[in-house]
Amino acid sequence: MKEFFAMGGYAWYVWGSYGVTFLVLLAEILLLRKRARETKT
Amino acid sequence: MSQSIRWFTFAAPSRFYALTAALNPWLWALAIGLAIAGLSIGFLVAPTDATQGDSYRIIFIHVPAAWMSMFLYVVMAFWAALGLAFNTRLSSMLASAIAPTGALFTFIALWTGSLWGRPTWGTYWVWDARLTSELVLLFLYLGFMALQAAIDEPRRADRAGALLAIVGVVNVPIIYYSVQWWNTLHQGASVSLRSSPKMATLMLTGMLVMVFAFWAYAIAAAMVRVRCIIREREA
Repeated sequence: MKEFFAMGGYAWYVWGSYGVTFLVLLAEILLLRKRARETKT
Repeated sequence: MSQSIRWFTFAAPSRFYALTAALNPWLWALAIGLAIAGLSIGFLVAPTDATQGDSYRIIFIHVPAAWMSMFLYVVMAFWAALGLAFNTRLSSMLASAIAPTGALFTFIALWTGSLWGRPTWGTYWVWDARLTSELVLLFLYLGFMALQAAIDEPRRADRAGALLAIVGVVNVPIIYYSVQWWNTLHQGASVSLRSSPKMATLMLTGMLVMVFAFWAYAIAAAMVRVRCIIREREA
């Protein structure tokens, strides 16, 4: 498990890529939900 | 007339609205399912690369995001042009709905590329043809959104945005062929129609599954946004 997260020494690059990708997609979804809720009323 | 296909049925925002409402939960489910499958292949099944080690695993989001960034721009410009030519308001709404998602995928392509460049090239950023033209793509998306936001009257904003989007299309082939036209640090196409893929089957499979996951995500997000735009404009 520890080995998996270490990514052969490339942890910062690999998880930095996936983490930011996940966060920006999540941010878009939350912003869309907010906009959808605001326009429905 | 009753026998022929009614091509413009879903060009009416109200009918389109109902259609996307029914489709969207399936699109989200598809995006999540494909992402889980693609990442499982990418992280648990595909082996470590002989030369790049585990840093290559960035490919499973980098390449799909970069493809989506270019593809979404062409689709956005297509709908913007259609809206401009035929004065169909739904076409223009679709263009506006695609832009933020396209900008997002462009950012992801640049960000992951930067983090991949550091271990493989020794630098986070270099002003070479591929990277610079992809950055210009991000500015085109942002310019399109800013221009539309700056014009109060929606139909005028549609027309102004359409012109910018159409002119900007010239950048897409420049990005795509930049690795052939100029000397760049960036490697050539990993997958093309003219030659067999230059990567292992498992890696390719994981990457293609992620492409479809991003496809489903992009369509779902754009559909939610176009429904918001319809409600805002047609209320």
